[in-house]
Amino acid sequence: MTAITKHRLFWPAAILAVMLLANLIFTPTFFRIELKNGHLYGSLIDILLYGAPLILIALGMTMVIATGGIDLSVGATVAISGALACSIIADQPDQEAVGGVLTAVALALGLSLVLGLWNGLLVARVGIQPIIATLILMVAGRGVAQLITDGQIITINSAPYELIGGDYLFGFPFAVLIAVVVFTGTAVLTRRTALGLLLEAVGGNAEASRLVGIRARRLLVLAYVFSAFCAGIAGLMISSNIRAADGNNAGLWIELDAILAVVIGGTSLMGGRFSLAGTVLGALIIQTLSTTIYTTGVPPQVTLVFKAVVVTAVCLIQSPAFRAKAFRRRRPSAPAPAEAEVPA
Amino acid sequence: MKRSPRETGHIQGRDEAMVASEQEVLAMDAREERSVRGRGRLTAILEARLRREYLPVLVTLALFVVLFGTGSAIYPAFGSGQVIIDLFIDNGFLLVAAIGMTFVLLTGGIDLSVGAVIALSAMLSASLVEHVGLATIPIVLAVGATLGFLMGYVIHHFEIQPFIATLAGMFLARGLCFVISIDQISIKHPLFAEWPHIPIQLPGDMFVKPTVFVALAVLGLAFWTLHYTRFGRGIYAIGGNEQSALLMGLPVARTKIGAYVVSGTCSALAGMLFATYTLSGTGVHAVGMELDAIAAVVIGGTLLTGGSGYVLGTLLGVLLLGSIQTLIRFEGTLSSWWIKIVTGALLFVFIVLQRAISSKRSPDG
Amino acid sequence: MLRMTGITKDFPGVRALNGVDFRLLPGEVHALMGENGAGKSTLIKVLTGVHSADSGEVRLDGAPLTIGSPKQAQAAGISTVYQEVNLCPNLTVAENVFIGREPYRLGRIRWKETRRRAAELLARFQLDIDPAAPLASYSLAVQQLVAIVRAVDISAKVLVLDEPTSSLDRDEVERLFTVMRRLRDDGVAVLFVSHFLDQVFDISDRMTVLRNGRLVGEFETRALSRVELVGHMTGRVLRTLEELHAPREDVREAIASREPVLAARGLGRKGGIAPFDLDVHPGEVVGFAGLLGSGRTEAARLMFGADGADSGTVRVGGSASALRTPGAAIGRGVAFCPEDRKTEGLIEELTVGENIVLALQAARGWLRPLSPARRAELVGKYITALSISPADPDIPARNLSGGNQQKVLLARWLITQPRLLILDEPTRGVDVGAKAEIQKLVVSLAGDGMGVVFISAELEEVLRISHKIEVLRDRAVIAEIANEADVTPERLLEIIANGVAS
Repeated sequence: MTAITKHRLFWPAAILAVMLLANLIFTPTFFRIELKNGHLYGSLIDILLYGAPLILIALGMTMVIATGGIDLSVGATVAISGALACSIIADQPDQEAVGGVLTAVALALGLSLVLGLWNGLLVARVGIQPIIATLILMVAGRGVAQLITDGQIITINSAPYELIGGDYLFGFPFAVLIAVVVFTGTAVLTRRTALGLLLEAVGGNAEASRLVGIRARRLLVLAYVFSAFCAGIAGLMISSNIRAADGNNAGLWIELDAILAVVIGGTSLMGGRFSLAGTVLGALIIQTLSTTIYTTGVPPQVTLVFKAVVVTAVCLIQSPAFRAKAFRRRRPSAPAPAEAEVPA
Repeated sequence: MKRSPRETGHIQGRDEAMVASEQEVLAMDAREERSVRGRGRLTAILEARLRREYLPVLVTLALFVVLFGTGSAIYPAFGSGQVIIDLFIDNGFLLVAAIGMTFVLLTGGIDLSVGAVIALSAMLSASLVEHVGLATIPIVLAVGATLGFLMGYVIHHFEIQPFIATLAGMFLARGLCFVISIDQISIKHPLFAEWPHIPIQLPGDMFVKPTVFVALAVLGLAFWTLHYTRFGRGIYAIGGNEQSALLMGLPVARTKIGAYVVSGTCSALAGMLFATYTLSGTGVHAVGMELDAIAAVVIGGTLLTGGSGYVLGTLLGVLLLGSIQTLIRFEGTLSSWWIKIVTGALLFVFIVLQRAISSKRSPDG
Repeated sequence: MLRMTGITKDFPGVRALNGVDFRLLPGEVHALMGENGAGKSTLIKVLTGVHSADSGEVRLDGAPLTIGSPKQAQAAGISTVYQEVNLCPNLTVAENVFIGREPYRLGRIRWKETRRRAAELLARFQLDIDPAAPLASYSLAVQQLVAIVRAVDISAKVLVLDEPTSSLDRDEVERLFTVMRRLRDDGVAVLFVSHFLDQVFDISDRMTVLRNGRLVGEFETRALSRVELVGHMTGRVLRTLEELHAPREDVREAIASREPVLAARGLGRKGGIAPFDLDVHPGEVVGFAGLLGSGRTEAARLMFGADGADSGTVRVGGSASALRTPGAAIGRGVAFCPEDRKTEGLIEELTVGENIVLALQAARGWLRPLSPARRAELVGKYITALSISPADPDIPARNLSGGNQQKVLLARWLITQPRLLILDEPTRGVDVGAKAEIQKLVVSLAGDGMGVVFISAELEEVLRISHKIEVLRDRAVIAEIANEADVTPERLLEIIANGVAS
């Protein structure tokens, strides 16, 4: 029993389970999954579908955080990628042409890689703190996205493109399939090669890693490139789902959700050991929280208050200083986590 | 960045680099000593130091002057005193928020909650002012200060990274906006709708608004606090080396939390200014304003790693960003998103500039 | 003036101080001596309020004193200047002296007054420093002096100087000593910690020696010889020692005739180690003997490329190579186990198995992972060969004992089959059994033709396994001696203490 609770995925999994069960109280049909016209429908499928972009970005963020860094620019990358793809498709005479859509997708992902390279070089070569280095793109990126869309919300009508974020393949939402493929790919990439080990070594102890001859710079660049790549795919998904590119609002604050997902999933912001499965659980928890609040009729914007509580609680539990203070001397008037006192 | 006191006597690479560079400095000092003695040497060193220390601020000032000069050359209407005053009127809230951010950045922290707290206080102002009138101001300020205190407390005592703690604060403040109301609340009370908009005539057919004086008063107060009080010097000391500040017996906890209280209070005040400007409260106000504030502070020459910077630089940063906006508006054909791109580019230039300066000064960056 | 009695301090798993008594008289310079881990730092931290003692009493001027924080210590009259200057480099000199107690009038700091008073103070110490200049514009030595000025001005009963000289050159040390003597003459009790024996004998009036967290004794400096002091510090009194090794002249000659695996010429680094020459031959164990801070580690790090050298050349395996990065050294078959296992060696949250394969995997690059089977085989082989316990490759390395952690690091490098293995204090903090195993292993590795550099503060250990010994002192290699029958720990001690290789 204790072995189970000690497993590092236990708490995220338990929280997710409790949240899903809580939904059952509000919505008895919550767990029902139906097959209509060969497509799967249901609340659980919705959570997966709407959670897919967050899962992707959080996976990329996991790599960056494992190295001890952080990537604030993924939201901007989402906007840029979606904007580029949509504007290319919109310019084509035939929006339905598969070739054109593929070109757009390839160019958008290519640009995302370049953005990741920019971040990676700033961090690994110029030696700027990750949070500051990626802030630059976070600020400028949305301007670039609007530049691409010329400040408009570009709507498109392209069935092949809609497949990415809104349509179904073999009965499953295609976006979910992409997320599964990227998750599997990342798992293979990090755990079947030595990439995961080396990333964890660099994040766990940078000096010791240098002394065993790990060339950290390349790994750092790779992590940021991967993060931007994931954000690029997520950008395609989001714009495909709403059939439009919105340079201003696409992926707004998704970097914060992604960081939150990674932290909830048990990867420390200090770097080192990372858990991809934990990150996916974290992303699902966040998405379920949104869905739950939506179904209970609370205004969706108020989700933020719950998020504040969750962030604070999760970070305090992870904080050695807090644990030392909270558990060594339990005072009746222990300074409670501030945000938790707010009436929700 | 925390340095653990090392128990082992052997020297690690980083410190050796420092030792080596210190010896270079020594050698340099010696050379200088030989060449210019006494008073001459002193002024030489002072000048060298001045140039390095103030370089980012001077670059900002130069950019501002060049931008303004170019603007005036192209558009005759641009080069008027009223345009400068309008910069203050239109960016007063940003200036106040950026001043608060300066305190936090000087300690080496960051405050992501600024935009959300601005929205929250605009919202609070809108919903309270009809009921409590003037008392709105202290209430809103107290809410901002409390939020700042809570974040500072968690950051200092539970060692949560400022980024995460203020992120939680941002979620909380935004969420609370929507708890107050999902919809936009418009403001009609004269405290926001009339009094701050009374034009005050100046000679030369120019006018200012009372909000400008509020922003300038905050600027003066911040300048005095940072340069003439122990609290302010403590903020610089913590940003320079927190461990040292602690060992020198400075009240680190109080000072660090104080910086976040200042930022929260400034954000609350900025929120009220914002409310007078937009005459409404809504949960989607000032989205991303913290980024503008950070950008203004950094462009104004404050080191993001803390310990170095001037609140007057922040003023220049705000004015520079503001005049870019004005210029783009005058230009007419340039679209508004260029503001973000130019801001990002400026941010890049200044961060790299700071990196270059600080790596020359000491390899500690 | 100050008396500490029965001070005990436990850290998780270690008793850092065990019933230590210590006293400090007014108007003296008192040196606190001991090897690494002897408890000097802990004692100082207890005195200055960074740590609180688990038991024991501190009395200042006869009155009991509780020191809960650096601030309280300061208020009581105990000021400290640490090895790393604990001032704020971004502030001016005057501000650093007065921060927290600046002269105030009308709600504002009086800057002119601050600078004037700082200038007065500096003048009193005959220091030519501009109080209005940022501290960062001065050398570390000057910063150190500013720290002392601040400390003395705040409260000048007891001044603790924790290794203030470790990065100063000779003239700067002299300047510091002048200030220290002046303070002593003013009646201040100065507590001085340094690894440099010459300096200690130069400046101190009395000294207290600690070893393994216990008090060895308190001595008049005049009445103590260097050899005696080193004996006290290392726990070895002069005694006749049994035969530790057989002289193997023929073996040594055979080894020395081989092409050296590493040849350093004039290799050095400012502030680290003076330029030195060294040949390490295949099959040879070269012992580095010297006290802590003598430059042992610095020399080793240069040979591995962990730090960049600013003079000299290194040839590895006959070809000249600039060892600018550890990667370059590893590529040429050099391996290095650092002294500080926790911060520079192990990656504690990774498992034992992961730590073991890390160097090999880093050399292969991430795209060529070891197959799980190959990895399990290698890890299993070395866990067995080095009898690492528990023999579970999947537990975090953090959970292992010191000796087993050291074996994990050895395994990490042995897997890469290096030509030269540099071991910095591989047996420190390791129990006796593991110590013997590690020594045996080193001998057998050399027997198989590996070159080994073995750094240790334990002279017997160095003598037992090395073919030749480099003696270091005060950041320089001062002697190279072949390990012949007449080389005894006493003789090494004498060279270390007096600096004469006769």
